[in-house]
Amino acid sequence: MYIRIKAADINNTQVKKIEELSGQNIFDCYQCGNCSSGCPVVDYMDISPNQAMRLAQYGRIEEVLSSEMIWICSTCLQCSSRCPKGIDVAKVMEAFRTINLRNGIGVVNPKQLGITETKDIPPILLICAMRKMTG
Amino acid sequence: MKLPYYPGCTLKANARHFEKSAIQAMEKLDFQLVEMKDWVCCGTVFSMTSDDLMLQLASVRNLLRAEKQNLKELIVLCSMCYNTLKRANDFIVKDKGNLEKVNNFMYKENLTYSGKIEIYHLLSILKDRIGFSVIAEKVKKKLSALKIGAYYGCLLVRPEELAIDNFEDPSIFEDLISTLGGESLDFAYKLECCGAYQTVTKKDVSVKRVYEILNSARESGCEAIVTSCPLCAYNLDFLQKDVEEEYLDFNRIPVFYFTELMAVALGCGWDKNWSSLHFTDPEPLLREKGLI
Repeated sequence: MYIRIKAADINNTQVKKIEELSGQNIFDCYQCGNCSSGCPVVDYMDISPNQAMRLAQYGRIEEVLSSEMIWICSTCLQCSSRCPKGIDVAKVMEAFRTINLRNGIGVVNPKQLGITETKDIPPILLICAMRKMTG
Repeated sequence: MKLPYYPGCTLKANARHFEKSAIQAMEKLDFQLVEMKDWVCCGTVFSMTSDDLMLQLASVRNLLRAEKQNLKELIVLCSMCYNTLKRANDFIVKDKGNLEKVNNFMYKENLTYSGKIEIYHLLSILKDRIGFSVIAEKVKKKLSALKIGAYYGCLLVRPEELAIDNFEDPSIFEDLISTLGGESLDFAYKLECCGAYQTVTKKDVSVKRVYEILNSARESGCEAIVTSCPLCAYNLDFLQKDVEEEYLDFNRIPVFYFTELMAVALGCGWDKNWSSLHFTDPEPLLREKGLI
């Protein structure tokens, strides 16, 4: 695939926002792929965690924000624990989700979950889902 | 000896057997778990965004109230509560500015949190304070012939700073199982995510995770799984219904809380009510092995 990158895209304001929210330096990533190979749900993702990191380095934040992968990640921290550069990759994924959620994108409405009876569902599950998916 | 503990929501609801078995088992070890007063939700997940302190308030409110009650520490049973409370504590204690801001939000509590409450998971207490050798002496009914797979999930071992054991190769669960006389078998997926909250948002992801985890345990020879997280326990146990429909080669496998096995081994017996809180009833397995 042919990608044209403009110098102005690198480190644009959206990249800075991701770095600020996550507290991580996106440019530390050298694409070893450890995060993606350790990720237990990578086979459900349209782009893998290391691809998301690469796109972020190119300043192509919108592509990551519109991807399915950021919603598949359930913050198990496997990527963060295995990154040889010490990047907390899960925090970067959280930053992507947060930007979307704060703009009202991807926010889950409990009424849409199709749950009619909560008695059999542990509170930990519902609260956890709401905390993660409502921002 | 009394130990102050923080139960969390699910131990009062779908995981009542986790709390009850823990209290019973700890009594046999001469420790009394005393529930802290006025606890609130721990927050369930630790917020990882740097700019939103509001999401840390639930956790810190518990810590502050523990301090108000002159407690020095909190023992936590649920892996998620442990992870959230401990990370929130570390997060605000490391940065005095954050601590001050969070305290300002909670002025109605009439006390400022000093950051001195220590958070421990019950497994660490069993290992470091009581000692597995002491527990071994009090075992009345050895779990011999029971092949158990220890499932850690994510929150007991990640991030590394708060892992209750080696974060890539922990053995605390296995050591406990051996202490109780059982046989612990290693399996490849013991540290992998169960799908967590995806169960309500993207159920197919969780169902596949559960199938892979349980199948890996079965292939290694496990007859039961043991865990300490009510969310993992729910996914691993109750999603077996969906896994069964999806994967024809799947065989059901009981999922225990570690305290249930402790209660059985330490001579408290098996409470009939606990069976109804499981999806795959572990009672037939325990009977088959002559444990109840």
